[in-house]
Amino acid sequence: MAKEMSFEKALENLEKLVSELEEGELSLDASLKKYEEGIKFVRVCQEKLEKARKKIELLVKKDDGTFEKEVFE
Amino acid sequence: MSEENRPQVYTVTELTRDIRMVFENTFQSVWVEGEVSNYIASSAGHSYFSLKDENSVLKCVLFKQAFLKINFDIKNGMHILCRGKISVYDKRGEYQLYVAQVEPKGKGALQLAFEQLKEKLNKEGLFDEERKRPLPRIPLRIGVVTSPTGAAIKDILKVAKRRYANIEITLRGVLVQGDKAKYEIKDGIEELNEYNEYITSNNLDEHPIDVIIVGRGGGSLEDLWPFNEEIVARAIFDSKIPVISAVGHEIDYTISDFVADLRAPTPSAAAELVIPSKKDLKERIEELKYRLTSEINEKINILQERTVALKDRYVLKAPLNFVLQSEQRIDDLTKILSTNFNHKIEIKNNELKTAAEKLEMLSPLGVLKRGYSITFKEGTLVRGKSDVVIGDLINTKLAVGGILSRVENMSD
Repeated sequence: MAKEMSFEKALENLEKLVSELEEGELSLDASLKKYEEGIKFVRVCQEKLEKARKKIELLVKKDDGTFEKEVFE
Repeated sequence: MSEENRPQVYTVTELTRDIRMVFENTFQSVWVEGEVSNYIASSAGHSYFSLKDENSVLKCVLFKQAFLKINFDIKNGMHILCRGKISVYDKRGEYQLYVAQVEPKGKGALQLAFEQLKEKLNKEGLFDEERKRPLPRIPLRIGVVTSPTGAAIKDILKVAKRRYANIEITLRGVLVQGDKAKYEIKDGIEELNEYNEYITSNNLDEHPIDVIIVGRGGGSLEDLWPFNEEIVARAIFDSKIPVISAVGHEIDYTISDFVADLRAPTPSAAAELVIPSKKDLKERIEELKYRLTSEINEKINILQERTVALKDRYVLKAPLNFVLQSEQRIDDLTKILSTNFNHKIEIKNNELKTAAEKLEMLSPLGVLKRGYSITFKEGTLVRGKSDVVIGDLINTKLAVGGILSRVENMSD
């Protein structure tokens, strides 16, 4: 995957999956598959929540049109 | 007329000039109030109008420079106050008020400008609810357009620290009051939008800016004025990134508040609205995990119960019993079968015996037993008189043994 799934997307998918499991008439096999997928999403979400780095920056546009970021405070 | 007694004769120009000087000296700077009429804007940017009351009219001219300083539109019928100097337009011999400053009567100029702009932009659809962009549920990077030294950014950072310490905040510093502020705020919003494209086109490993907070801390109407400027409103409207307006003025709304995708009463409030709480997110994930596991366990339990219930059914409960029952049934059937079979055999035996007896009776030996005999002549069976002549030797077979005899006589 060129772009990793965003936290918001992963959380969205997880919620959708849990709803499907709760209301659907899935077979045991299908349910187990959904469960595995769901646990994967849970893990992704938890990782991303912890991993996001704290960054506070000042954005400055230079005369040549490029941007520079300085650490703020 | 003598030279000494002649009164001074002015030229028109000379007289006009003197009149002008009198006016200018007497009315260097006056305030006059009246109703606007005959308002005309020239292509050069100057405006001409008259101020009148019930009895008199005063011609006014507003040159472009002064005109630009006014932040509301002058319209016929308006009551205004003008400050300026009286002078004369020589060419037409008219005296005029050369207006330097205009105030609306009754309301402040700012207030009037606010209302006029609000109506104008509303008509254009800049405030429409339908076009407001939805805010991201979980933004990971927030852009802020405010003063780098003001209270707003401090407040926002405080809230961020409390709720989601790991979030990315990108500040584009601007002036937030004074004449230059509106240009800087506009540029700030535009540049944050540009930066997202910059990330894509330069393949930077950065998260794009999800939402912009534009605002400042509290202040007077004049202080907040940049956020009522048309140029700022349009920048907010044109922004591709959703914008939250957070001008710290808890009660009144600014034009920016109307155009923005969301309005917050203060920068802190904006931060609270847009920055997700890490604690809440963690709890949400836990809840989903719990629902996931309990759902699957529930399913398994149900299936287990059904299996157990089946086990409890009679057939499965005492399989041995079933077997015994079956064996007994087999015995019964076997008995019936053999009884039937034996019976059939008996019948057949009887039939056989009867047939055998019948057969025996019909067999030649049986016949012989009954007393009949068979007669042969030289091995050939004698059936009739014609088969023998008198004097032949014939062999008569009896049931037991035989008799050799000579034919003596024959009868019919």
